[in-house]
Amino acid sequence: MQNTQQRDLVTRIAILMPYLWLIALFLVPFLIVLKISFSQTTIAQPPYTPVFDLSEGWEGLKQFFAALSTENYATLVSDSLYLWSYLKSLQVAAISTVILLLTAYPVAYALARAPRRWQGVLVLSVVLPFWTSFLIRVYAWINILQHDGLLNQALIALRIVDAPVTWLATDTAVYIGIVYSYFPFMVLPLFAALEKMDNALLEAAADLGAPPWRAFFQITVPLSLPGIAAGTLLCFIPIVGEFVIPDLLGSSSTAMIGQTLWLEFFGNRDWPVASALAVVLLAILVPPILIYRQRETRQYSPSSFRGAPEARARNP
Amino acid sequence: MSARAIVTFENITKRFGDFVAVDGLTLDIFAREFFALLGPSGCGKTTLLRLLAGFEQPDAGRVVLDGEDLAGVPPYRRPVNMMFQSYALFPHMTVAGNVAFGLKQDSLPRDEIAARVDEMLGLVQLRPLAARKPDQLSGGQRQRVALARSLAKHPKVLLLDEPLAALDRKLREETRFELKELQRRLETTFVIVTHDQDEAMTVADRIAVMNRGKLAQVGAPAEVYEQPNSRWVAGFLGEVNLIEGRVTAVYPSFVIVEREGMRLRVAHAPIAPGPAAVALRPENVRVLTTVPEGSFENGAAGTVADIGYLGTMSIYKVRLDDGLVLKAAVMNEQREAVRAVHVNDRVWLSWTPQAGVLLAE
Repeated sequence: MQNTQQRDLVTRIAILMPYLWLIALFLVPFLIVLKISFSQTTIAQPPYTPVFDLSEGWEGLKQFFAALSTENYATLVSDSLYLWSYLKSLQVAAISTVILLLTAYPVAYALARAPRRWQGVLVLSVVLPFWTSFLIRVYAWINILQHDGLLNQALIALRIVDAPVTWLATDTAVYIGIVYSYFPFMVLPLFAALEKMDNALLEAAADLGAPPWRAFFQITVPLSLPGIAAGTLLCFIPIVGEFVIPDLLGSSSTAMIGQTLWLEFFGNRDWPVASALAVVLLAILVPPILIYRQRETRQYSPSSFRGAPEARARNP
Repeated sequence: MSARAIVTFENITKRFGDFVAVDGLTLDIFAREFFALLGPSGCGKTTLLRLLAGFEQPDAGRVVLDGEDLAGVPPYRRPVNMMFQSYALFPHMTVAGNVAFGLKQDSLPRDEIAARVDEMLGLVQLRPLAARKPDQLSGGQRQRVALARSLAKHPKVLLLDEPLAALDRKLREETRFELKELQRRLETTFVIVTHDQDEAMTVADRIAVMNRGKLAQVGAPAEVYEQPNSRWVAGFLGEVNLIEGRVTAVYPSFVIVEREGMRLRVAHAPIAPGPAAVALRPENVRVLTTVPEGSFENGAAGTVADIGYLGTMSIYKVRLDDGLVLKAAVMNEQREAVRAVHVNDRVWLSWTPQAGVLLAE
């Protein structure tokens, strides 16, 4: 009896742990940012007001709330610079994600189809480059893309172009950098979904008269939708907030929201506006995650991809 | 049975690396028959089925379907359909969607597809479940969806790869008869792969017993069971007693096989004297409680070593005086308490000259 109670307690603590983690490392920082977004800039330390001060008691708390305003959000709406930054970020993220899907799918498919003894090595070869520093790899791309860089040398040597092409500080460079950097985050979920797929399903499709390309679109793609959704979210969301790649490879005309945010924080020392930008960004990104979660629980219950457990299937 | 061959395997050889799955095999399957490929795992029976479906290509020989050489014809253009051992139902489609899949590939008109799906679901009594997904079905229901899906395109030959292996025993035995009934009604050629001899004998018109990529024997169930052509076939199909001896005398309609203390008269055409075995089914051996004096033909004295009670019958293991153990199956026509034979009793086994099968090989 005591044992079950003890085990109950252990279970509760185990369940509590991730919540504590989320509260301490996500919710609390978010609330701080949310609070700053309703504050005003001031030349002080910290550079915003009001500052939460418990020593003044109830009166202080009232003053504190009275001092909060939605002015920063009004600023975001009034200046089109911010709107364009958001749209630019969403555009870059959307286009990059589509390119990632189209390039990563064949790779993931090949990995899933590879002989089992090669699979480990091949998956490692996709992941391995990402063990070196991200920054170094982006700088390497600067080297490749610059005026007399490897890419232009190769293009000229192959007589594809006559004169060096400007790659750096263009949207193309940003896309190249992003697609390169996020590649494994798209390949791995796709691989996980494709690898699970029973080859007998494709044989059944062929047996029933579907040529390989039709079997691919009618069987393989629908069954890899969970992987497509996971990979898309895993790439799209961080790309929207991407800062380093557009900063190093892009130009100021390609300012994404991450750069604007950085500029407000560190260039203008306007923490309240920067915080408001971050809060709006989060508000934009939460709906797709919620939609995905809902679809996942409703349509892609895990049982529909393996055979259901016999026990459940027996009593339909 | 019409004698027209609808499927012909001609000198088929298929290797996987060093392993020879099918070894120079030649076989005709006739139109509208229920044909069973029976053998232990690894004997090449599934490979043969997959060669016909087009999932494997033979290293040598040819597969002919209804007069057409299938070399180079991809699976999706072959007029045969397969029911997979795992059923391979598409998990993202409903029952009706699964059955319609093959018909949609042929771009049939929408209402014709709907009518055919409905007909097929009626055939396997699944109409009420048409909108379910496979994971909402029981094992038996999934098996019937797989069957309906593979029959929907009216294949020239239906291939069944261990179709009942995933069902529990009672359902499996019922489904055997349903399959046979279905095959008779549809008049389609069915080719079933199974390792279960009861299944093969129940459903099939003819059985090919396979061993190590070769045909061991082909014939009607009663023929391969009662007239096995080798020790291997005799042993694979059910219980058998093998009595090793020598052919010592040959007569026009029977031969005499002798071993230490035993003389067997076996109905057989004349053959050359030499070492041979007599295969004797346990159900053809009678157990008598009175032991005659001396030695007689087709009989032996022994001691009951063990009795296995199986309900409808009991298996008696009798150790003969020379150490050989023979099994006898006796129908339990009386309650156990009344029966006279017990462990360690002396008994006399006997059988008729027609019961034994001479195996020279």
